[in-house]
Amino acid sequence: MDSIIQNIQGIPLNHYLIFCSVIFAIGVIGVLIRRNVIIIMMSIELMLNSVNLLLAAFSAYRGDASGQVFVFFVMALAAAEVAVGLAIVIMVYRNTKSVDIESLSKLRW
Amino acid sequence: MGIFYFVAFLSVFFALMTIFTKNPVHSVLYLVITFFTFTVHYILLNAQFLAVVNFIVYMGAIMVLFLFVLMLLNLNKDTEPMKSTLVKVMGAIAGMCLLATFLGAFRVLEGQNEYVTGNTDVGLVKNLGKVLFDEFLLPFELSSILLLTAMIGAILLAKKETKQG
Repeated sequence: MDSIIQNIQGIPLNHYLIFCSVIFAIGVIGVLIRRNVIIIMMSIELMLNSVNLLLAAFSAYRGDASGQVFVFFVMALAAAEVAVGLAIVIMVYRNTKSVDIESLSKLRW
Repeated sequence: MGIFYFVAFLSVFFALMTIFTKNPVHSVLYLVITFFTFTVHYILLNAQFLAVVNFIVYMGAIMVLFLFVLMLLNLNKDTEPMKSTLVKVMGAIAGMCLLATFLGAFRVLEGQNEYVTGNTDVGLVKNLGKVLFDEFLLPFELSSILLLTAMIGAILLAKKETKQG
């Protein structure tokens, strides 16, 4: 285990920032270019995960456990969000026979 | 030290595959691989508790839920109508602008060359449990109420409506 821990020493914090913002931007692009509601939710998961990793990195960097506890709460929130979101997707599919995000555009009116 | 860059490259690659693959089931599988690389990142940060939770909750529970819904709705084929090329290009440009904004902001950040050394035992289950059940006891209990609410809400939403309502 110690050899693995040694591996992480020497990574600048900036590289974690850059890596997590790249993943976050990929999630944003996924939300913008896809029409399948389920894939949009998966992109949101990607964004949540990138923020989780950054919180864990800062927590390890500062030697403060609060950041990792916060990641734990974010994971609980993500589980709740996925459960409710997928239930809504199933309900929409039952009414419109489609998971296209455009089928929800009626909600504008 | 090289492990981080290799795993980071894999994460970015599979995340890109997730959003650009047409078949939704392949997309879910790529997302599972992405989350696995995130688990490796947690292990590298010595956040062992988070690595295990990420492995069980994300790769186990959430991804299986996604896969179940995809199979249930019989969406495992390329039926998705794609957005027009213009909208796609605009979306990609908007995401790149966000990324450029982030990178520009990080340039002026102080302490650019500080290294992640880390207190090596801060992420162990023992230490995390002490913090979680001492300082964060109230939010922990509240999150259980949140999960209960989500469970009831999901069942109510997905239940078939009867005539009587």
